[in-house]
Amino acid sequence: MSATHARTAMTSTPEFRLAVIAVIVFAVMSILSPDRFLSAQNLTSMAFQFPEFAILALAMTITMMTGGIDLSVVGVANLSAVVAAIILTQFAGPDMDVQQSLVWLVIAIAAALTVGAVAGLLNGVLVAWFGLPPILATLGSGLVFTGFAVAMTGGSAVMGFPDVVAWLGNERLVGIPVPLIVFALLALGLHIVLTRTGFGLKATMYGANPLAAFFAAIDINRLLIRVYVTAGMFSSIAGLVIMSRANSAKADYGSSYLLLAVLIAVLGGVNPYGGYGRVIGVVLAVLSMQFLSSGLNMLQVSNFARELIWGALLIFVMVVNTRQGPGLASLFNKTKPTG
Amino acid sequence: MAAATHDALVDMKGVTKRYGGVTALDGVDFTVHAGEAVCLAGENGSGKSTLIKILSGVEQPTAGTISINGTQHTNLNPRVSAAAGVMVIFQDFSLFPNMSVAENIAFSTQLGEHRTLFDLSRARKLAQSVLERIGVDIALDARVESLPVAHKQLVAICRALASEARLIIMDEPTTALTEREVRSLLAIIRKLKEEGVAVLFVSHKLAEVLEVSEKVFVLRNGKKVAEGPAAEFDAASLTRHMTGRDVPEAPPSAVTEGSKTLLDVENLTKVGAFADVSFALKAGEVLGVSGLLGSGRTSLAKALFGLVAPDSGTIRLDGEAFALGDPIAAASAGIGYVPEDRLTEGLFLTQSIARNIAVGRLDAHERRGFLDLGALMSEATDWLTRLKVKAPDPQAPVRSLSGGNQQRVALARWLSRAPRVLVLNGPSVGVDVGSKADIHDIIRDLARSGIGVIVISDDLPELLATCHRILVMKAGRVVDEIAGNSVTEDELAHRLAS
Repeated sequence: MSATHARTAMTSTPEFRLAVIAVIVFAVMSILSPDRFLSAQNLTSMAFQFPEFAILALAMTITMMTGGIDLSVVGVANLSAVVAAIILTQFAGPDMDVQQSLVWLVIAIAAALTVGAVAGLLNGVLVAWFGLPPILATLGSGLVFTGFAVAMTGGSAVMGFPDVVAWLGNERLVGIPVPLIVFALLALGLHIVLTRTGFGLKATMYGANPLAAFFAAIDINRLLIRVYVTAGMFSSIAGLVIMSRANSAKADYGSSYLLLAVLIAVLGGVNPYGGYGRVIGVVLAVLSMQFLSSGLNMLQVSNFARELIWGALLIFVMVVNTRQGPGLASLFNKTKPTG
Repeated sequence: MAAATHDALVDMKGVTKRYGGVTALDGVDFTVHAGEAVCLAGENGSGKSTLIKILSGVEQPTAGTISINGTQHTNLNPRVSAAAGVMVIFQDFSLFPNMSVAENIAFSTQLGEHRTLFDLSRARKLAQSVLERIGVDIALDARVESLPVAHKQLVAICRALASEARLIIMDEPTTALTEREVRSLLAIIRKLKEEGVAVLFVSHKLAEVLEVSEKVFVLRNGKKVAEGPAAEFDAASLTRHMTGRDVPEAPPSAVTEGSKTLLDVENLTKVGAFADVSFALKAGEVLGVSGLLGSGRTSLAKALFGLVAPDSGTIRLDGEAFALGDPIAAASAGIGYVPEDRLTEGLFLTQSIARNIAVGRLDAHERRGFLDLGALMSEATDWLTRLKVKAPDPQAPVRSLSGGNQQRVALARWLSRAPRVLVLNGPSVGVDVGSKADIHDIIRDLARSGIGVIVISDDLPELLATCHRILVMKAGRVVDEIAGNSVTEDELAHRLAS
């Protein structure tokens, strides 16, 4: 393999294109609105904003690697947050001293993670044992989870936490926003799981060819259940970050995050048909989306127009990636990830 | 010559087709005249399916020209090709099983007429006239799924005739037919030829249709290696041209005296697939399972590995029964299975060669939860060397390999698990001649090392070159058992199809 060949192979990866896109979006926004976009205040506020939906995008990524999808991520996040919030308000409350409330915070986090795991287990069972299409199974279960959260709260926000709860979403550790640290750890963890564990390799290979995985005597049911449980737990962590930042929990927070999470995963080069995806791509997609989102905010583009832009962008990326549009595909020197 | 090519029905010149780096067809010239029956012979992977695909407009050639009825086509697509009268009857016939004979025969014709509604009485009339034309009697209202294979084939022929076929291409026309059914098919082919319809037989076993054919083309590795009047060919010379070998491979050395029984199958039954199958396999023995298409041989192979759940019966390995209908149980008991269709069932095409080999042993490669990627890679490299796979880089996707090397990767996956019994379904389907002989060598080596091997195949030279015993299946039952060194290829062919 010649050096030029290796170089084209590198520059034609989706990750390389994404890095270019992220830089371009950053540069354009900086030029359009230099004093505001590049201000320290804006950069910090971005670092606090994106981790919550970025974590949901990681949850989406692992299910997409198997050719599935998890449309219940936001439902799981809110249900976990509501359960944690109820524990924190019922047993702790704003007046409790730090030490005691820390204990309750740990209990609340454990409860939230358990809710995420159980919700993921349900999704996994529906997909693996009952063989439901993931898109329908998780669409349905997402409504069920949201419904539980509404039933528990009567639809209103749960608030009145001890002060320690705000730490997770609003403080810094050695100058770095805590949510960003949480996201970085999860992204690194997922990267290692996907590339260095049997579970990750099996998930990728199942996504590449489910039938061959069956013929290779891979325990497919167990594999899928683990995938959806992981996604559920990632979602519940996102829910906790949202709860801490908002200092409350509600059944319908973050409703725009679902589309965003799907968009980021697809933009990040994860093949929605399964078998290919890299965490670094997802991270770059998160950055691009956050730059774009903040920039649009500063240019005072309305929220409704933003949804339209996300939707259009998702379709555009899919068209480019499937290479069906010859004119568009030739803009990017891309080889189709699956045969 | 110029005049002859002028009135040719189909005239292909210098047709070349490349898929990535693989040349499937290499400058092939090919002609068929009206009313002629032509044999296109070649082993699996010789390029004959590519040629059909190009002729029917499914694939575009990389180079070369195609004329049909004197019209040169630069951009043939399936519609243009069908309108010109080129009809393909695939091995599975592509019929609608839940519809009636009349509907199946008339369906495409009525579609082509762009009528809003399907006219059943016209359909029946058309179907009746076509059936009379070839002189067969099949109930017009019978559902196609209830028909025997030979009748399904006739329905497919009638459908082609109803759409005014001028050239009928038949892919592997005789693999599912008994000798008697082949004879009645030949009578119908003669009738079609008299009417000026041309027939192209595409197969790797064509000896049966030689007598009605005018011309023979033989493809090997994408090149035309022989061409001439059918009278100049016989079964032996066809095989020689297809394989490029004169001497048949050496049969396997005898099983060691007194070697113990490894696999013991008793009264295995799966309703609708196979019934009451019992056999024993010794360590170091290669057992062939053959039979016509639909005889139950593939279901049986899958049942041994748990891919099909039998209704009753037992399978014992080293005297111990294990859970049936569960591939994970079968694999951990020590059975390996290399599937028939490498591309969809066997390999993860987009994934690396190393991953494809290691996928069966990922749990064994884990150290405290993390994969030992170094060990995984060196084990893969080791297998590539042992099975002589010419792969520059174990990190390259497995789809970049040739068919023969892909098959070795599929084998390596199971061999790395050190199986006691290996079930190989069509071990050399779609691989080139050289690799085929190598794969047969590997099979004989495996047997010598004490593994019990079951080879499911309809490739007679392959069965004779690898198997100690051959079980013949028919309608789901084992009807014959043949010692591999006791028969010739012709005798074996006869016992399979009788």
